[in-house]
Amino acid sequence: MAVENTILICAGGACISAGEESVKSVLEEELKKYALDSVVRVVETGCMGACNLGPIMVIYPEGVFYQKLKPQDAKEIVQEHLLKGRTVQRLLYKGPTGEIKPKAKEELPFFKRQVKVATRNLGVIDPVNIEEYIANDGYFALDKVLHKTPEEVIEEVKKSGLRGRGGAGFPTGLKWEFTRKSKSDEKYVICNADEGDPGAFMDRSVLEGDPHSVLEGMEIAGYAIGAHHGYIYVRAEYPLAIERLGIAISQAHEYGFLGDRIFGTDFSFDVELRIGAGAFVCGEETALIQSVEGKRGQPVQKPPFPAQKGVWSKPTVINNVETLANIPVIINKGAEWFASMGTEKSKGTKVFALAGKINNAGLVEVPMGTTLRELIFDIGGGIPNGKNFKAVQTGGPSGGCIPAKYLDTPVDYDSLMELGTIMGSGGMVVMDEDTCMVDVARFFLQFTADESCGKCTPCREGTRKMLEILDRIVEGNGEMEDIDRLETLAKTIKDTALCGLGQTAPNPVLSTLRYFRDEYEAHIKDKRCPAKSCKSLIAYTIDPNKCVGCTACARACPVNAINGEVKKVHEIDQDTCIKCGSCYEVCRFDAVEKVDAIDLVTN
Amino acid sequence: MKIKSLEELQKIKEKALKEISGRETKKRGRIVVGMGTCGISAGAKDTLRALADELEKQSIDDIAVIQSGCMGLCEVEPTVEVQIGSEEPAIYGHVNEEQARRIVREHVMKGKILSDILVKRGKV
Repeated sequence: MAVENTILICAGGACISAGEESVKSVLEEELKKYALDSVVRVVETGCMGACNLGPIMVIYPEGVFYQKLKPQDAKEIVQEHLLKGRTVQRLLYKGPTGEIKPKAKEELPFFKRQVKVATRNLGVIDPVNIEEYIANDGYFALDKVLHKTPEEVIEEVKKSGLRGRGGAGFPTGLKWEFTRKSKSDEKYVICNADEGDPGAFMDRSVLEGDPHSVLEGMEIAGYAIGAHHGYIYVRAEYPLAIERLGIAISQAHEYGFLGDRIFGTDFSFDVELRIGAGAFVCGEETALIQSVEGKRGQPVQKPPFPAQKGVWSKPTVINNVETLANIPVIINKGAEWFASMGTEKSKGTKVFALAGKINNAGLVEVPMGTTLRELIFDIGGGIPNGKNFKAVQTGGPSGGCIPAKYLDTPVDYDSLMELGTIMGSGGMVVMDEDTCMVDVARFFLQFTADESCGKCTPCREGTRKMLEILDRIVEGNGEMEDIDRLETLAKTIKDTALCGLGQTAPNPVLSTLRYFRDEYEAHIKDKRCPAKSCKSLIAYTIDPNKCVGCTACARACPVNAINGEVKKVHEIDQDTCIKCGSCYEVCRFDAVEKVDAIDLVTN
Repeated sequence: MKIKSLEELQKIKEKALKEISGRETKKRGRIVVGMGTCGISAGAKDTLRALADELEKQSIDDIAVIQSGCMGLCEVEPTVEVQIGSEEPAIYGHVNEEQARRIVREHVMKGKILSDILVKRGKV
């Protein structure tokens, strides 16, 4: 019997945690009940990118896009949409102005403005079905390269201008060439899937949604450099990615895409999974190699670079997940096609994970050179609750913050470097007016201080000292000399730390000092937090003219710091108050205010 | 099975593409089967299966078979509405398995309206 409807359910990590599995099980139950299970095909796909709308379902042939689904909604969709042909209006996407978009996937700017290369199959194919990958030209690139010489393959990748998507942006073709030229009886390909930046989930989504494209990319790299063995280093916190990679590897074996004599040629290649324990430093390539070898994950001195002496002391190419996922498309469509997108020195597209204070949090892929404004406002839908944009943090703990006046900067490796931050792996954390920039710097430094492996002194001790100074400042105990101390420490750590983690750890502090020095000074000189976010420097008070005595705040207060009778003005006892903000959240009359604590003292 | 050549890979691609083509919106026309309670009790499920089966047998993949609710013609159920391209839809009544196959072979393939089972032309 022919399949008449296909339902794509997004089974990316975000949708799964939003309840995708129970929606799917109700859906399948209902389909069985109405004997539709033979004509309706349900496919779980990888992340569609619109994570804030999850769980998501797209019903074809019409392409109707249902969002924010609960299990009982699946029942309604079967009874109304599938059985009676009526679209369920209340489950369609509604724009900010209330307009309904039944085919959100084709119509929304969030989807329309994207150019998908690395994420081409996400939300389109079933990641556990190799034939769907083949249907979308999967493994055709592998066949194509096996009819070329390795040098021709490297030349093609060099011509495409592809640069490493993991952060540093080293030209991929060049890396392959160096490894090819290193003489050795054995070489290795490693896929770096140790994604660890807070708020970044590009690589996880690609692994979960299109594992075969990463495998194919690794094999092409292997053929180009002369390797027969590959490792995928993936963190244990990504169980779904590990599961789907495992399925993909065994399917690829079955079809003869992995193993001996691939496509009947002399080329043999195999891939093994290495599960990491989730240490941030293991994303650094030399530490990663140590960990692959079963040793403690600590970086070692470079040079020698992995291209000369990598895993098991053999020449090794290490590429990031997204880099590898781009490779098959470059081979299939050609280097010129890829190089036609992007800016002069950054070609192709980049996947970004939009997070923080942004309406359309999720995964997007756009051509290099797209401006921050387009990314955040046109595609990302802007800042929620009518707040003002303050800054965007790129590059995770190794990156920095970009203020509003640079919103029209085209995003590529070099422009971000000029602004004092880095492209990084593609995490973008958007901040609004309520975010304290000193606290942001402190947050990221806390992260790197915790994740420092401790091998070299500048990173182990230096980040800790910087953190102590920042703690002092946000508590209102800072002095002006602290800013100079921070700058000296930052510069010293940058110059002397052993690996990338330490060398980039001061970036969040340096970039916030560059653009938001006034906020540091306000904390130190005036003992005020301009964003009213640092607990030690603010206080909550109740405006007697606005308070109606509804008692909502008094009931919400966990420490009984609010006194007052019904229908009479309430008051906060500052000595008992722990500044949790519960009263501020629950007051419907805007009577609870955040003020600078210093004003209360002087009054 | 191990794939040894581009031809074999191409074959799998074509087969898989056929499987997922149901997601494409580019269809030449559609057949709507009334699947309200009235339709189902009159045998619409068999009609639907016969339609889908016959389309597959004739290798027709550009016609969507859609299920809908009761269109208000309960006494002539199972009802089937056929619309090809921009022409006026034709509504057939009392469509059993045999008539369903006729609809595919005559109307869908040759463009002939089956006047003996036609209930109405135009939108309901």
